[in-house]
Amino acid sequence: MKYTLIPLLPLLSFIINILFGRNFIKDKAHWIAVPAVAGSFILAVSAFMDVLAGNVINLNIYNWIVSGDFQVSIGFLIDQLTAIMLIVVTSISTLIFIYSIGYMHGDGGYYRFFAYLSLFVFSMLMLVMANNFLLLYFGWEAVGLCSYFLIGFWFHKKSAADAGKKAFIVNRFGDFGFGLGVILVFLTFGSLDYAQVFGNAGSVVGQTINILGTDYDLITVICLLLFCGAVGKSAQMPLHVWLPDAMEGPTPVSALIHAATMVTAGVFMVARCNPLFNLSHTAMNTVAVVGGVTAIFAATIGLVQNDIKRVIAYSTVSQLGYMFLALGVGAYSAGIFHLYTHAYFKALLFLGSGSVIHALHDEQNMQKMGGLKKYMPVTYAVFIIATLSITGIPGLAGFFSKDEILYRAYLGGDTGKFLWLLGTAAALMTSFYSWRLIFMTFHGKFRGTHEQEHHLHESPKVITVPLMFLAVGAIFAGYAGIPPLLMEHGDRIGEFLSPVLGHPHGEGTHAEEMMVMASSVLVALAGWFIAHKMYVKNPELPRKVAEMFKPFYNLLFNKYYVDELYGKTIVQPVLKISDKVILGFFDAKIIEGIVNGVPNLIGAFSRKFRQVQTGLLSNYGLAMALGALAIIGYMIFMR
Amino acid sequence: MVPLSWYIILSAVMFSIGVFGFLARRNLIIVFMSVELMLNSVNISLVAFSHYLQSMRGQILVFFVITVAAAEAAIGLAILIAFYRNNPTIKVDEINLLKG
Amino acid sequence: MENIILNQLNYPVLTCTVFLPVAGALLLLFLRGDSLIRFTTLLVTLATFVISLPLLTDFDKTTYKMQFVEKHEWIPSWGINYFIGIDGISILFIFLTTLLSILCVLVSWKAIENKAKEFHIALLTLEAGMLGVFVALDFFLFYIFWEAMLIPMFLLIGVWGGPQRVYAAIKFFLYTLVGSVLMLVGIVVLYFTGGNTLDILALSALQYPLKLQFWLFLAFFAAFAVKVPMFPFHTWLPDAHTEAPTAGSVILAGVLLKMGAYGFLRFSIPMFPDATRLFVKPVFILSVIGIIYGALVCLAQKDLKRLIAYSSVSHMGFVTLGIFALNIQGVEGGILQMVNHGIITGALFLMIGIIYERTHTREIAAYGGFATLVPWYAGLFIILTFASIGLPGTNGFIGEFLILFGAFKAQKLYGVLAATGVILGAGYMLWLYQKIFWERPGPDYGPSGRHPVRDLGLREVVTLAPLIALIFWIGFYPEVFLGYMHSSVERLLQDFNLSAYAESQNLMAQLREIF
Repeated sequence: MKYTLIPLLPLLSFIINILFGRNFIKDKAHWIAVPAVAGSFILAVSAFMDVLAGNVINLNIYNWIVSGDFQVSIGFLIDQLTAIMLIVVTSISTLIFIYSIGYMHGDGGYYRFFAYLSLFVFSMLMLVMANNFLLLYFGWEAVGLCSYFLIGFWFHKKSAADAGKKAFIVNRFGDFGFGLGVILVFLTFGSLDYAQVFGNAGSVVGQTINILGTDYDLITVICLLLFCGAVGKSAQMPLHVWLPDAMEGPTPVSALIHAATMVTAGVFMVARCNPLFNLSHTAMNTVAVVGGVTAIFAATIGLVQNDIKRVIAYSTVSQLGYMFLALGVGAYSAGIFHLYTHAYFKALLFLGSGSVIHALHDEQNMQKMGGLKKYMPVTYAVFIIATLSITGIPGLAGFFSKDEILYRAYLGGDTGKFLWLLGTAAALMTSFYSWRLIFMTFHGKFRGTHEQEHHLHESPKVITVPLMFLAVGAIFAGYAGIPPLLMEHGDRIGEFLSPVLGHPHGEGTHAEEMMVMASSVLVALAGWFIAHKMYVKNPELPRKVAEMFKPFYNLLFNKYYVDELYGKTIVQPVLKISDKVILGFFDAKIIEGIVNGVPNLIGAFSRKFRQVQTGLLSNYGLAMALGALAIIGYMIFMR
Repeated sequence: MVPLSWYIILSAVMFSIGVFGFLARRNLIIVFMSVELMLNSVNISLVAFSHYLQSMRGQILVFFVITVAAAEAAIGLAILIAFYRNNPTIKVDEINLLKG
Repeated sequence: MENIILNQLNYPVLTCTVFLPVAGALLLLFLRGDSLIRFTTLLVTLATFVISLPLLTDFDKTTYKMQFVEKHEWIPSWGINYFIGIDGISILFIFLTTLLSILCVLVSWKAIENKAKEFHIALLTLEAGMLGVFVALDFFLFYIFWEAMLIPMFLLIGVWGGPQRVYAAIKFFLYTLVGSVLMLVGIVVLYFTGGNTLDILALSALQYPLKLQFWLFLAFFAAFAVKVPMFPFHTWLPDAHTEAPTAGSVILAGVLLKMGAYGFLRFSIPMFPDATRLFVKPVFILSVIGIIYGALVCLAQKDLKRLIAYSSVSHMGFVTLGIFALNIQGVEGGILQMVNHGIITGALFLMIGIIYERTHTREIAAYGGFATLVPWYAGLFIILTFASIGLPGTNGFIGEFLILFGAFKAQKLYGVLAATGVILGAGYMLWLYQKIFWERPGPDYGPSGRHPVRDLGLREVVTLAPLIALIFWIGFYPEVFLGYMHSSVERLLQDFNLSAYAESQNLMAQLREIF
């Protein structure tokens, strides 16, 4: 019961707020939403304690769908992995709910906002607590739905409405594969229950599946299909296009959904399915390569963006790439560890940027900011903490998890070494654009309007206090997984997760570990140095550099033209074919042509034939007489 | 004694005149009379055969035909008058309301 | 009589259900005054619904047999009986029909002002006809109901429809009639080969030679494929839907379209198993084309009602796909999806009718920003949108998932192709939602505009509430509905697998036998 309440409390908050919010609750919506999610957090902590004490909970509540041999239930599994996710989701949600009280104050859709956020928390909790694939799929789609509502929260803006729609549809492409994967899992294992599927995973090794005449390894196909879903939800290449646009939503949403929790669902899912992925080399390599390439790809775009939230969005895509990189090289716990630390510092970055945007009255362009340091000291401080953390400066959360990932990649053979190089290069860029963001926003002179400058102020307590809490997380969250080099048995999170995720294979020497660690710290510092050089010391430099590498700069600034490419190759052709070929030609001309053609043909024949009816008495008489003659003639001559 | 064939020839000639009149004349009244002529030609042959076969059936039939012809003439003329009121003509080639 | 259970209640429950609307229609003849007529019709439909409830509660889910059976001699010299009964396949449609009929009366409360008496008489006879089709177990009776229901529908479209109503009504009538006539020929052939009986159950139990099965299948297919409607026999649907009054569209989408698929289940599969096996592939191909084609047309649609009509083509493609997957998941998913489609699309047409009463336009471009003007309406519409897309937690998901599962199990490729319809479905429904409800409202419909729109009234909420409740009920606990069909579907497939040629039978040999 206790565990069922974890998702039910937010659901209750959603139902109450959506039904009564408009007319009764109005701007008191947080009085319902915040206690609900805080309650979930407390229950989640207690569930975590239970798991820590060694109890893994797996309970079925009722049979959801039964049809022949297909059976699937609604049920919860709370093991080590879920426990960590529960803590991440509920703790960050609680902070963001509180933050939203201040941030969304006075918005016309205040009650709606809290209703959707509650629904999101419910869905996310269902996703992580599910004990079978179909319930996971339920949560998976439901978070997508909430994301749609929240991105399109300010729906009177066309850009927001478009972005919401785009997010949902792009995700559908991933879910298409995911859904097929789920079906294939059932057909292979005869069940969708995690316990059964993972328990029997070994028995299907070597089986093949015939697709269009070619045999493929069954496990690989299943894993790749499932991974499609992860690519969509976690915004990896080539389905990353929706996440930057998702920044049209209110900032707390960006922080909660599009940075800290929902987008990590893909990482969670792959980690959850590790018994399957472990059996397929191809799938693992795909995951790792997609992750690594996305990490650097997104980072390069982040270098030149000017919208403060978009920079952080690309940073999110890039960091998610790291997580997949970790999963792909078999270091599942490192991936989850990074998920966990990332949640804190990325939420912090987003909420911090929200604080800035709030102070500037919805200005998001960094070129119109600058010099905010003296107006917003708290925001500045937390921004610095988050940036130190994300760039991997030793002592902060990001350092531990990122270092773990790079080290594991380094150990992963030739591909691994290559990916490690990509990761390290991406780390350099991460450091550069993160500091660039800080320098452009907080240093130098204010470049906005006079009006804005007049109103500059630090955000109220309800906004800054959650920031401080998150800052604490961004500093200390990493101490759950200290690498063995620095402390014997320090990797407590890895140990904790090992019953679910196993141990990463491969051991390196201290020297190698030292080298990886040193190089990542070095690139972090280098990134800071370059950014400082370009944006503080020599503010003219960026423009010159951009001039010098104009085509390359344009390529990055326009995000490699991926959106345009999809528009030209998928969206427009489909719409054009629908309109011109199918509706305009096939349906209207061919099918309707046949349908209307048959009666028309009969009609035309009748029009000709009816001319026989002259209406003249004598013609009829003649016909009669001739007819009589014919009959008589027949009687006489033919018989 | 007039042989049967004469009656039949008379009947055939009358019938042919009737058919010709029906097909060729434009005046509706004459067309109408042509129809009567055809009926009567049939009556003649019926009576002739009746006499020849020494059976009364043919003559009884003739009474029926005459009765029907009378009724038909009455209705036909009534229609004709009703039609003439709406459409003052009795020329058949100007009456083509049934044209398809 | 081992495969029927005579009426387990002590009154003729099915007869009452079917003929109560007829009695109501007769009663209406003697009444005067529009509001009296509306109330009476509402009462009659409500009473019919209440009377049909014992069917659900007393239904024995453990057996595949026909239940609540009533059988009386009717025209003994021709072997025709008054023979009715229901099983797990038909029972949900009875429920759907009686429920939707009530809602149709409610939604027509204000919309129909012209010839209200005739309208309601047509509505009631239509209800009786539809119920009759689902309960008839004698071909003669079945065919009477099948054709009888065409006439009130024809009148509904032709008299109370939109500007193009006459064209649409005639098209609808001719289209379905052509199919039905071929079916009639099939029935006559069955009568003579089956030993001068029109008993559907008896005829289903017989085995027919392959050649005969082939041609009979085609004859029945003509009737059912038009009704479903399957691609390429679908073009009557957009016209009929667009021109019909709201109640007509709801009935059309909610019940009439189900008759085709019901016919496949009741006649084609049990009677012509070998031919069915032969036709699986063509039907699969047509279904997949229908799914994708319907969705693509929706993407380019400019007319609100036409869009939903074409989405029906797409959704019904799923249904036929599931049924011809010929495994439990597919068939059960297909039946459930029929019910779902009745609920969702029925509700969508109700919604469109409601908004049309306010704006008097069906052109999508004329809308925009309605979420601010009519928030409750927008809220309900989004539920329907996502149910239509098949979001988990709504009924649409359960049906679609089971169908895709069944199809994938039967023929992987078609399962995959059909699944692309899910993406496209999200595309056009969200596009529609954005166009109607999001962005800025136009000047016309605002509070100070020329036609200020108001939000849902109590009557309208009451009309929609049961459907919304069903969406979530089925979405979270589908067993309530799936439970009814398990035994019947299992039996259907068991019989099918027993009597059909072994699959190893050479296709060419079969074709040679036919031609």
